[in-house]
Amino acid sequence: MDLRFTEKEEAFRAECRAWLEANVPKEPLPSGDTAEGFALHVEWEKKLFEARWAVVSWPEEYGGRGASLFEWLIFEEEYYRAGAPNRVTQNGIFLLAPTIFEFGTEEQKKRILRPMAAAEHLWAQGWSEPNAGSDLASLKSTARRVEGGWRLTGQKTWCTRGAFCDSAFGLFRTDPTQERHKGLTYFLFPLKGEGVTVRGVDRLDGDLGFAEVFLEDVFVPDRDVLGEVNKGWEVAMATTSSERGLSLRSPGRFMATASRLVDLYKRYRETCDPALRKEVIDAYAAAEAYRWYTFGTVTRMSQGGEIGADSSMNKVYWSEMDVRTHEAALAMIGDRLELDEGSPAAEDHASWLKGFQFALAGPIYAGTNEIQRNIIAERVLGLPRK
Amino acid sequence: MRFGFTEDQLMLRDTVREILARECTPEVVRAVWEKKSPKTPYGTLAEAGVLGMTLTEEQGGLGLDETDAALPLEEAGYAALPEPIVEAIAALPVVAAHGGGAWAEKIAAGEARLSISIGDARLVAFAEQADVFLRYDGKKLYLAPREEVALEMQVSVDRTRSIAVPRFTDEGATVLAEGAEAAELAALVFDRAALGSALFLNGLSRKMLELAVEYAKDRVQFGRPIGSQQAVKHRLADALIALEFAKPLAYRAAWSVAVADPERSLHVSLAKLRASEAARFVAKQSLQVHGAIGYTIEHDLHLWMKRAWALAAAYGTEDFHRDRIGRAILNEA
Ligand SMILES: Cc1cc2nc3c(=O)[nH]c(=O)nc-3n(C[C@H](O)[C@H](O)[C@H](O)COP(=O)(O)OP(=O)(O)OC[C@H]3O[C@@H](n4cnc5c(N)ncnc54)[C@H](O)[C@@H]3O)c2cc1C
Repeated sequence: MDLRFTEKEEAFRAECRAWLEANVPKEPLPSGDTAEGFALHVEWEKKLFEARWAVVSWPEEYGGRGASLFEWLIFEEEYYRAGAPNRVTQNGIFLLAPTIFEFGTEEQKKRILRPMAAAEHLWAQGWSEPNAGSDLASLKSTARRVEGGWRLTGQKTWCTRGAFCDSAFGLFRTDPTQERHKGLTYFLFPLKGEGVTVRGVDRLDGDLGFAEVFLEDVFVPDRDVLGEVNKGWEVAMATTSSERGLSLRSPGRFMATASRLVDLYKRYRETCDPALRKEVIDAYAAAEAYRWYTFGTVTRMSQGGEIGADSSMNKVYWSEMDVRTHEAALAMIGDRLELDEGSPAAEDHASWLKGFQFALAGPIYAGTNEIQRNIIAERVLGLPRK
Repeated sequence: MRFGFTEDQLMLRDTVREILARECTPEVVRAVWEKKSPKTPYGTLAEAGVLGMTLTEEQGGLGLDETDAALPLEEAGYAALPEPIVEAIAALPVVAAHGGGAWAEKIAAGEARLSISIGDARLVAFAEQADVFLRYDGKKLYLAPREEVALEMQVSVDRTRSIAVPRFTDEGATVLAEGAEAAELAALVFDRAALGSALFLNGLSRKMLELAVEYAKDRVQFGRPIGSQQAVKHRLADALIALEFAKPLAYRAAWSVAVADPERSLHVSLAKLRASEAARFVAKQSLQVHGAIGYTIEHDLHLWMKRAWALAAAYGTEDFHRDRIGRAILNEA
């Protein structure tokens, strides 16, 4: 055990801190889940990429720095500490990219990764369908073999930022004689062009964060199949464990929220309910626990270990911690908690309301927490399925 | 940054695990509960160097630190070891380095037992077994031999714990330090004991969870194992999460104590708070999954559960540690 950061890691931290301090927009950008905000976020992503901060852990040939996982965690801590914008590239760089690194061909890596990191080509996730949510394997969208590729037909939904992105990744049934997890293939498909209709859907917080995607005989060339035909389920599972586990929600994000909560409490401690002190301390302790848990995971991974079903524990933990932290903040701002963005009397507190509403989605997306608890019980604890 | 244990540390854990699996069976814990004075592995642990592991080699120890002691202490909790191992590991380095070498040697050799009483703590544990008490009275830190301490015996909910309200006199005391130095050393011993208790609690939690998981696989109702029911699964998943997110804070605190990190006390409080909460939570989940059989003295669960309740309040209650965290992070006076 050695919990000191190396000189190299400290230097890396100093370098990202200095760059972020000089470059993070002074005023928070409008939400990246609106058309106007999305464009500004893409501009920011391009700046990040130019300075080679977009994907620090990737190899240099794809625009990264070949940074270690610990350096990546350091970057994330600094990124959220600096209050930098949310990553509208996240579904590409954190969820699709690990799958491409693992299953993609050389041609796919060369063609897809760099423009993804550079925010020139933006990616959305297309798993869910109207009748396939938690039970994803019951999905109905199909792909039909044609000359040089496939024709995709069906409907995807809850596609985050689907109204603004260029492409999506998802599963389609390629073998109609097989059932459930078998006979599915992982496709990269366009969100624009012939046969594609995208309809934005307003989310709970009012942003156009969701989209429904209708596909009618949309042509996808063979080169946009990821992994083997009919082996899409196995390929997709690699992405979900990145999403639940490490990459989507690094500790830096929650440490920054906990530290904002501490600041909020310092401002209101004379007037707020004294019982909130406990909530603040517990929120801080919870974030610290997540940080050290993650350092443990990353140490294991650096030695060749895998996350696997443990990622389900992460997912339940961070999502429920995030809700509690935001609830504490709302309790502290009292009767202003209902004041949404645009209310002068909200001061700088409307972001807590926004954050709270987004936190409420945490136990739903990336596989609901009920499903995660089933996975933990069955695959980690070994309890019987039936 | 490397947040994991070395091969040597894992080997030491395995050694302790094997000793305890052999010599600290639930029957042994139960016999202590029933005041039958069974043979415990105290002597074997001493022979293996475990009790004196944090003493230097010149002092007759293994020259190891808190990160080395972390997994052995967790194993002690897993076995519900009814012996003052947390106290020995927490106190011996201070005792040995400040003129208590003779006592330290005896304790490391398994020939004596030590109990701790710091500041205004109401109770001492291992009251009947202890040969010597390490006492800090706000002015000086000293060793008080058993015969000079008046003990008003109490009854712990965990009958394996011999609990008393002590009254100390200066008679026969070996003074280890006074004034500011005594305060500093007492704070160190307290933090180390709180850390040891956190690790021990995490071990207790692991055992309580394991008992519940095994039971849930075996027990059949409505024609299927109860563990196949989602309500049962989710309870146990939550118990596992509570434990798995308590453990890293304890390992991190072990490191901070070992390297004398200036934020040592904050880190220890985070570890103890979360370990205590987790243990009480896991205990409740485990009891519920066991149904009525868990609500008996015949079943082993209560041996672990009651130790968890007791230790959750020892060396600082949850409120105490939460308050310490608050004072550290909220810039309070
Ligand atoms: C903010 C947000 C962003 C999202 N982004 C995307 C995206 O980009 N791409 C995408 O494809 N999807 C996305 N989703 C969709 C998300 O993946 C689904 O919401 C999720 O998989 C659950 O599916 P569902 O909504 O159909 O709920 P259902 O599966 O219908 O579940 C409804 C309720 O029933 C419970 N339930 C279902 N089955 C079980 C069971 N076996 N045991 C116990 N309880 C059960 C669930 O836990 C839940 O509480 C997003 C969702 C949100 C909220």
